[in-house]
Amino acid sequence: MIPLSWYLIFSAALFCIGLFGALARKNAVAILMGIELMLNAVNVNLIAFWHYHAQVRSGPYVHGLAFTTIVFVVAAAEVAVGLALIISAYRRRQTAVVDELTLLKG
Amino acid sequence: MNGLQFVFLLAALVSLFSAVMVVSARRMMHAALWLVLTLMGVAVIFVTLQSSFFAVVQILVYVGAIAILIIFSVMLTRRVMEDHGDQILPGWRGAVLVAVLLFGVLVGFLTLWQGFSVMLVELPPDTDNVLELGKALVSPQEFVLPFELASVLLVAALIGAITIAVDRRKEHQR
Repeated sequence: MIPLSWYLIFSAALFCIGLFGALARKNAVAILMGIELMLNAVNVNLIAFWHYHAQVRSGPYVHGLAFTTIVFVVAAAEVAVGLALIISAYRRRQTAVVDELTLLKG
Repeated sequence: MNGLQFVFLLAALVSLFSAVMVVSARRMMHAALWLVLTLMGVAVIFVTLQSSFFAVVQILVYVGAIAILIIFSVMLTRRVMEDHGDQILPGWRGAVLVAVLLFGVLVGFLTLWQGFSVMLVELPPDTDNVLELGKALVSPQEFVLPFELASVLLVAALIGAITIAVDRRKEHQR
């Protein structure tokens, strides 16, 4: 017996904290952590709305769960490729600070 | 306030606090460990939504795989930003402004929706949602195409990560 609004406010707050992390941190790994927080907030939202729809329809309802599964898969793929890119950039430039990766600046 | 609401509030407060620590911790390793606590709090939130399958998946995939990957890459990209120096960009006030504004807009628009204050009641126990999800993921009428595409995406990400991260200088020396 928890109001839906609590979940929505919680996930909005988690998303905004992650957004701040992705915008303001210097280290590329920390930016990826912020993105992970945002993806988690989206998952909370999806599961909360799935629960809402399942109780409105009062029957088995799996579309929200399938959506959440795909988000999990994409998050795992994204973090693997992102960390590989960061490590590769670190190996060439000896830095993981996004300010110092200015190869494209000309 | 009943017990479930208490559990929700506790998990929500713990995960929000540790999320703030993730984005503000000076040492990267501390931020990674706070991230683990946040992910566990979100897993408890999933349990309160009667979605224990996704709570287990959250622990396995996020805490078991993604957090460990992040900790590994923090260790591998060490010695650049250990303690010294600012971890936050100089324009962080703008980022705070954007985040707070987005929160205000999101909550403001959500309060306009009439379903916002609906109470989430317990789902009937006779419907096995995990069983239905498993059937739906492999049924040709529903989600078999996204499911197979997800496996292709995972293989592509795996091969791509290995290709990007391999050290080519050592290969040339051989």
